[in-house]
Amino acid sequence: MNLTTHYLGLELKNPLVPSASPLTKSLDIARELEDSGAAAIIMYSLFEEAITAESESMVRFLHQQDIGFAESTTGFLPDHQDFENGLERYLNQVRALKETLDIPVIASLNGVTDSGWIKHAIELEQAGADAIELNVYYVAAKLDQTGTEVEDLYLKLLRDLRGQISIPINMKLSPAFSAVGNFVTRLAAAGANGVSLFNRFYQPDIDIGRLRLQARLTPSTSAESLLAMRWIALLHGRIQGLSLGATGGIHTAEDAIKLLLAGADVVHVCSALLDKGPSYVALLLADISDWMQEQGFQSVEDFRGRVSALSIPNPAELERANYLNVLDSYSPAAGVRV
Amino acid sequence: MSHKSMVTLDGNEAAAYVAHMTNEVIAIYPITPSSNMGEWADDWSAQGISNLWGTIPDVVEMQSEAGAAGAIHGALQGGSLATTFTASQGLLLMIPNMYKIAGELSPTVFHVSARSLAAQALSIFGDHSDVMACRATGYAMLCAASVQEVMDFALIAQAATLESRIPFLHFFDGFRTSHEVTKIEKLPVETIRAMIDEDLVADCRERALNPDRPKLRGTSQNPDVYFQGRESVNPYYTATPDIVQGVMDRLAALTGRQYGLFEYVGAPDAERVIALMGSGIGAAEETVDHLVAQGEKVGLIKVRLFRPFDPARLIAALPDTAKCIAALDRTKEPGADGEPLYKDILTALAQAHGEGQIDRMPRVFGGRYGLSSKEFTPAMVKGVFDALAQPTPRNHFTVGIIDDVGHSSLEWDPSFKSSAIQNVTACVFYGLGSDGTVSANKNSIKIIAEETSNFGQGYFEYDSKKAGAITISHLRFGPRPINSTYLIGDDEASFVACHQPTFLTRYEMLDKARPGGVFLLNSHTPPDQVWNDLPRRMQQIMLDKALTFYVIDAYGIAAETGMGRRINTIMQTCFFAISGILPKDEAIAHIKEAVKKTYGKKGQRLLDRNYQAIDATLAGLRQVEIPAEVSSTFDRPPVVPDDAPDFVRRVTATLLAGQGNQLPVSLMPADGTWPTGTTRFEKRDLALKLPTWDKDLCTQCGKCPLVCPHAAIRAKVYPADLVDSAPEGFLHATIKGKDFPEGYQVTYQIAPEDCTGCGLCVEVCPIRDRKNPEHKALDMVAAERIHEQERANWDFFLTLPEYDRTRLDASKIKHAMMMQPLFEFSGACVGCGETPYIKLATQLFGDRMLIANATGCSSIYGGNLPTTPYTTTPEGRGPSWNNSLFEDNAEFGLGLRLAVDKQSAHARELVARLADRIGSELAETLLSADQSSEAGLHEQRDRVSALRECLAGIEGPEARTLESICDQLVRRSVWIVGGDGWAYDIGYGGVDHVLASGRNVNLLILDTEVYSNTGGQNSKATPMGAVAKFAAGGKPTFKKDLAMMAMAYENVYVAQVAFGAKDVQTVRAFMEAESYDGPSVIICYSPCIAHGVDLSNNLRQQDMAVNAGHWALFRYDPRRSARGENPLLIDSKPPSIPYRDFTNSETRFSLLNRTHPEAAEHFLQLAQKHVTTRFDLYEQLAHLAVQKAPSSE
Repeated sequence: MNLTTHYLGLELKNPLVPSASPLTKSLDIARELEDSGAAAIIMYSLFEEAITAESESMVRFLHQQDIGFAESTTGFLPDHQDFENGLERYLNQVRALKETLDIPVIASLNGVTDSGWIKHAIELEQAGADAIELNVYYVAAKLDQTGTEVEDLYLKLLRDLRGQISIPINMKLSPAFSAVGNFVTRLAAAGANGVSLFNRFYQPDIDIGRLRLQARLTPSTSAESLLAMRWIALLHGRIQGLSLGATGGIHTAEDAIKLLLAGADVVHVCSALLDKGPSYVALLLADISDWMQEQGFQSVEDFRGRVSALSIPNPAELERANYLNVLDSYSPAAGVRV
Repeated sequence: MSHKSMVTLDGNEAAAYVAHMTNEVIAIYPITPSSNMGEWADDWSAQGISNLWGTIPDVVEMQSEAGAAGAIHGALQGGSLATTFTASQGLLLMIPNMYKIAGELSPTVFHVSARSLAAQALSIFGDHSDVMACRATGYAMLCAASVQEVMDFALIAQAATLESRIPFLHFFDGFRTSHEVTKIEKLPVETIRAMIDEDLVADCRERALNPDRPKLRGTSQNPDVYFQGRESVNPYYTATPDIVQGVMDRLAALTGRQYGLFEYVGAPDAERVIALMGSGIGAAEETVDHLVAQGEKVGLIKVRLFRPFDPARLIAALPDTAKCIAALDRTKEPGADGEPLYKDILTALAQAHGEGQIDRMPRVFGGRYGLSSKEFTPAMVKGVFDALAQPTPRNHFTVGIIDDVGHSSLEWDPSFKSSAIQNVTACVFYGLGSDGTVSANKNSIKIIAEETSNFGQGYFEYDSKKAGAITISHLRFGPRPINSTYLIGDDEASFVACHQPTFLTRYEMLDKARPGGVFLLNSHTPPDQVWNDLPRRMQQIMLDKALTFYVIDAYGIAAETGMGRRINTIMQTCFFAISGILPKDEAIAHIKEAVKKTYGKKGQRLLDRNYQAIDATLAGLRQVEIPAEVSSTFDRPPVVPDDAPDFVRRVTATLLAGQGNQLPVSLMPADGTWPTGTTRFEKRDLALKLPTWDKDLCTQCGKCPLVCPHAAIRAKVYPADLVDSAPEGFLHATIKGKDFPEGYQVTYQIAPEDCTGCGLCVEVCPIRDRKNPEHKALDMVAAERIHEQERANWDFFLTLPEYDRTRLDASKIKHAMMMQPLFEFSGACVGCGETPYIKLATQLFGDRMLIANATGCSSIYGGNLPTTPYTTTPEGRGPSWNNSLFEDNAEFGLGLRLAVDKQSAHARELVARLADRIGSELAETLLSADQSSEAGLHEQRDRVSALRECLAGIEGPEARTLESICDQLVRRSVWIVGGDGWAYDIGYGGVDHVLASGRNVNLLILDTEVYSNTGGQNSKATPMGAVAKFAAGGKPTFKKDLAMMAMAYENVYVAQVAFGAKDVQTVRAFMEAESYDGPSVIICYSPCIAHGVDLSNNLRQQDMAVNAGHWALFRYDPRRSARGENPLLIDSKPPSIPYRDFTNSETRFSLLNRTHPEAAEHFLQLAQKHVTTRFDLYEQLAHLAVQKAPSSE
């Protein structure tokens, strides 16, 4: 069974790539992911603002907490000499992962505006990252900001990054674009080697006891993957040289297979691994192989994109809004007199 | 001689350095002032630093000092080189094992920063009471007098114990030496190696218990041989003095520093000689040098090896000419005919005289000095010499205090100075604990001592308060080693800095300034106006002493350069710019270098900010032109109001003014009993912002008084007509709801001078203005905007009557918060997570409460002089409080309960017996009273009053006895309060026993998950993956589930609460626990500054802890079992946020990400699993069906 696939110009042994998650903070877990069959690894995100906030809180609590009573004259927390800042730690982790693993290591940068952190991309490249994923987390809450302005923001970041490094760049996108297809085309033109569809954001929730917002993480469900599936099916094969990654809601082999049928080059798994552990990759791969055997496919290429816009008889089905589809299902079969 | 390496460190680090280098097993437990030694050892091992033999010492924290000593005993028997560090009560807990270790001739060194013992009061400061309690253990006792000696003697002790097989107690003065920062010569590793005989180390292994060469120790011996066994060790003790001297001589050959068991300095023909040990030697030697230079025949015996005591060497060291000897002890043995050193010296001389070894017997006098770090100055030393010159010197004298009761005290002339101060530059800095003054000063000493040939010394005086505490830094610099082991005195400092403008009207700082010196003030007032901010007396001193005056707007510069309220670098820059100790440019370069070292790896932005602040400081520092005359019209205000009680005016006020040293013995309560309700006289006025109440928006929920850590926001309900006399601007609203009489008014009032500005009341306020969401029913506003108005309002508020408790339903928060808190204005940290629980308990039960308080934060803010936060109702009732020890609190509280129960039972017996004479109806109702409600309690109190009246007319011993105990007929509420260090670790055995006792006590466990009071050491309550002192590599095990253990007894009421997450559940748990007639335990989640969170987020952190599953809320009530229901009720929902979100929000966890990221992730994964499964377990338990017992039919 040939599971190989191409992604961001890299040859991968299979299409399963764990997406950015804390799992990559541990070399042991990363190794376990590789041993279970992960084709590449996307590191947890380097988020400049978080790093700055973290260093401020470290300084605050390590150096500025001597509240000055006789029994605690040296502060409350031990201050190690081997203190690393977030960037150093990240670069060390890139190096360590590269040393430990044979599979490609994709670094992930997270941010909204260029506050100077993009220059760190060079250091990531030097540290050995095989590619960089740019994870733009942006909620366009300003009422006077247009969709084009939001897109331009992404494009500027991408161009700046492209100017810095020569390794492949993947753009991880949110679904909140009015014209996903056009935008992805522009990204490709600006130098993106791939896109991942779609990012999931934390959604704030409301605590009705306290009448205030609260942060809450709800794990994704399989149903969410259908959003990516549609767009991958629409985009597959239509933008030259652009890899398509599917992300968000992929929990089962069935989910993964659907996305590959829609045309994804890779599928990203996150929640399922956090829940079931790194070894779940092996289970997914085995299930995909079993399905391929049942279906008689020899390689991923045999079935990739079979249910994409380019390959189905009625691509308009992908474009239809859900409402119509629902109505449609009430349509009588042809030739039946109502 | 080896290459000299000079370092700047304190006594604790010096001892820990040698101990870590020369041991394999280190058992530790926190206790001030020795904790730092354990912290260093743990940190070094966590960093992978190895010992002399290339292996990393195993540092293990134990549950108590008794545990540490036991572990050391075991490690020694296992053939390891093992050590521990301790002080005070900790050392006392080690005594049983010390007898064993000495009895088995096991070489070890215990390093002790000697500290006072708890007697009439606890004291964390230094004296020799603790080590003197160990005289009989069989340990050798070696005393270091300076930081250099601490490092040297630590090694001497280690080498000597291996050679002699006698265990050593190496001690030095707590704080004065343990915390003094000074420049010393570090012992190079090769010197340490040369001093440790490997053959002797091998002998330890050889003697170890080993199944390959089986042996047996620890037998039980009988009258036939035990005595002989005790005598068998004599040769070892006889040999030890020579061994120690030999080791000292070897060290001298390697380092050039020669020590002796007794060293004499002074006139060769001295007639008057002082003998003492410890840091007092520094002051004494300076004085002797000074007096000898003036031709006086005086001298000093420095005692180094106190046990085994070597009379021959003492006599050899003493000049033949000595006529009078004063032996000074830094300890007190009540009832003894003199203290230990005095008696040993006297005995040595008497023996020698009796045996004809000396011709003439000098007169020997004993004196006490320096208890609890009381100052011991050259002036006092001279006072002792002067006393010896009297025809009939006083024996058993004291020096340093005014004893107007026993008349033991010597007089001394405070203006006497030793000439040693002439070659020294002295600088004094007044700062807040939180403004970084101390760390900046430590840094300055490092710069000066390490970058120049100068020596430097830093000693830091700390306040007892945790919030808004003052620190006074005493820095000396000079070309020779500095041995002035006392504070910088009046007229000595060439540089005085005031880092906080509010100190101007509180402390007489300029008394310390020497004529022609410099005064630096941090003030926002422009240089041309700042003169007028100084009180009259201060202006006068500036003119009299011709001081130069500089001013800097440090807070302004800090704000501009993004430094927040951190002014350490700014004030340090000023010091170097003005003092001229180093060339300015060079000094600034060094500060920048130091800043880079501290912040460099933590982010460029932080570094840049500090650099900017340094440059802005140099640009902003101004010299103030001093007018020719005093122009201020004000002076320091009185410390307490004139109408304060007599005791407060005479004693408390003196303490508050920082003049406690002047209080004579007669004003001290002899048995340690102090009045309550005194924090209200200490107006600390810390808040920069104060809450302001919008009476119209407010829904009167009562959450703000509940969360206030300092009881600085209060609620009262009162009749409307009372506001007629209110000051203008006093706010009130009509009370909502039908529970109160119609038209009654309610006021939520702040105490502006007692509020610390933490903002928790505003944070918890649920009501926002819909039109302006920024605005709540409580908002923080700049203090100066409302301060004066609120002060008037508060004064009026205090005159309003308390609402009738019997008409309040305490299960409702709104009602409960109308009850007067009987715990107010404590010195706890801003935003403290513990105090709201204590305050709540005093609101609900305070007027009939007895409190046993374990040593820890709650005993410090609960009972640390000068003032006490526990207070009384208008009727004069309130909590009666005592702190026994750290380890025995549960037992102590149980004892209170036993006393109450016994007296109450006895009173009931007597009421029954006297029923005929007091009236059967009164007797009957007294005995059958239902006291489960406030109304019931009120009625019972009335009955007891009636009983008293009745008893007055009844004769006979039974009536008299009943009179003395009839108060106990009113139900008492016994509370046993303490932190997790007590309940989970050192006192757990007692907690367990008291829970098992079935008695009606309430344990309030304030769980900060760390030893907060001693500075944040790991306890068994510390969660997995949290970094703490003694767990520098992250806590590798799960938090102990104390609640589950308590529930296992089945007859214990158990609640786990977090007021910031679910306040109603907290109040309910308190009510249920107190009403349960049996043992109750409430485990309270208490965010602490040690968690690495700003406590303005206290409530949020509690919420997150609950939502992440870290802190499940539940109540286990055995009464439900009795009703056939499941006793466990879960009050929180299953974990709803990832554990990672919780840990990411607290530096105690996220720090590990920085230092050990792999371990951090590993712990996180385990902890996540753990909290989920544990919650499941609770839920399963809560849903178990309660089985009916099989019926016999």
